[in-house]
Amino acid sequence: MIQFTNVSKRYTNGFVALNNVSFQVERGEMVFLTGHSGAGKSTVLKMIPLLERQSEGQIVIDNKALSDIKRRYIPALRRDIGIIFQDSKLLNDRNVFDNVALPLLISGDHHPREIGRRVRAALDKVGLLEREQESTVALSGGERQRVGIARAVVNRPKVLIADEPTGNLDPALSQEIMTLFEQFQQVGVTVLIASHDLGLIGRMNKRILALDHGQLVEFQAEESL
Amino acid sequence: MSSSERRPPSVRRNRPSLKARLQNYLALHFHVLTSSLGLLGRMPLSTFMAAMVIGVALALPTMLHVSLSKVQSLGAAWQESAQISLFLRDTTSENGALALQSEVKGWSEISSVKYISAEQALEEFRQGSGLGDVIQMLDKNPLPAVLVVYPKLDQSTTLDTEVLLSKLRARPEVEQAQLDLEWVQRLHGLIDLANRAVLVFGLLLALAVLFVIGNTIRMAIQNRRDEIEVIKLIGGSNAFVRRPFLYSGVWYGLFGGLVAWLLVNVLLLLLDGPVQQLAALYGSDFALGLIGLDTTLLLLLAGPLLGLMGAWLVAGRRIRTIEPV
Repeated sequence: MIQFTNVSKRYTNGFVALNNVSFQVERGEMVFLTGHSGAGKSTVLKMIPLLERQSEGQIVIDNKALSDIKRRYIPALRRDIGIIFQDSKLLNDRNVFDNVALPLLISGDHHPREIGRRVRAALDKVGLLEREQESTVALSGGERQRVGIARAVVNRPKVLIADEPTGNLDPALSQEIMTLFEQFQQVGVTVLIASHDLGLIGRMNKRILALDHGQLVEFQAEESL
Repeated sequence: MSSSERRPPSVRRNRPSLKARLQNYLALHFHVLTSSLGLLGRMPLSTFMAAMVIGVALALPTMLHVSLSKVQSLGAAWQESAQISLFLRDTTSENGALALQSEVKGWSEISSVKYISAEQALEEFRQGSGLGDVIQMLDKNPLPAVLVVYPKLDQSTTLDTEVLLSKLRARPEVEQAQLDLEWVQRLHGLIDLANRAVLVFGLLLALAVLFVIGNTIRMAIQNRRDEIEVIKLIGGSNAFVRRPFLYSGVWYGLFGGLVAWLLVNVLLLLLDGPVQQLAALYGSDFALGLIGLDTTLLLLLAGPLLGLMGAWLVAGRRIRTIEPV
């Protein structure tokens, strides 16, 4: 589902964020991406929805080479990917329901009744159904992150990517969020999570891709423990 | 490679039917239409200020246009009194006069021709002057027969009065031709000039409205930069992001049009009394009245259209430059 082949990213100032990185994530697999700050985790995640383009190598998502995707088709690519951010990136002038409904409105393929049904199903999944009319400003960090997850999955993406999704959360909430990701994986969604919380990653017992100064070192969860 | 392989992943999905997509599209537009109105409602002061500026800018040319229309209708009434009097020679028989009347009436620049015989002229003079006894003492009628010629003086006619006068004077039946329409032509000239001025003034103020709305939308885009980045991050196209701003422009324009309609009607009401009093002094029942249905519709269409254009000019370019990082 996600394939990086000899991918490098060099910025105009000469900084090399990724150096000849190759890996593959199978359909329905859940993989962690870890490494110290500046190792290149966010760069990898930014390349998948084409927030960044590689300098060299090839990236293939769902059998489609990203280098072939023209600028006008980038929004369509992003609609097929659920993205979760550390700061959740919610729209604070809209309520929970409207935030989660946004990807469905963007896709333009859904009738308002269908949007309502799907949004409530997503909110039910993350345990926030009762709070759909509340302002996102009134939510705790964990709740905001769960709204972000509901927004990422509401359009039933094939791929979920998450950049430090538990970075601001306590261990119990972090575990709760990870359990949610695992549930999505179990229904066939490919999940790639960037995190530096090795304890949490170890407990999940999934494949780990470790980055170090832009280069990849791959090992299993058991090895890290 | 098949065509489906050349497209990004989402395009390959099973899409709803055309009818369903059309329904979704309309529902989405309705949602954006109402939500953009709600957004303006959350900034009542700035929305009010923008609507007032747009309203004043639209009200000025509208007021001039309405006033000018009223003066034009007054001018049309006065036009009927514009005439050329042809005093016929004594030697011209009544049949000759009637033949001339018929011929002149057929000219393209002539609206109508009225024949007043020498006897009718004397009778009118007798009744109008109060000199009946004196006139009775005359052994012969001193007044000639007259043809009163009413030229066409609508705005589309570029009538050369001197040419017409020369043409009429050249007729052997005519002893003297007297022109009584130069002042009406001057009035029409002034109205033409004022019409052009209103057009130019209106275009300049429409341009100002475009800039006001454009600037308001530009600031709104700037204020919602973070939101735009998030929307683009989760797959929002430039068109999707642009849509609420375009509807905001339409709302601004509509509110501006309503403000202009209200302002012009208030001004007309305030001026109507003094204008009626002034007109009464000249024996006229002229009144300004209120804005007609046609001008109301024009305002309520022009406002939103200008709003849409102003928003379009700014939104497309600004939104394209905002990309998530």
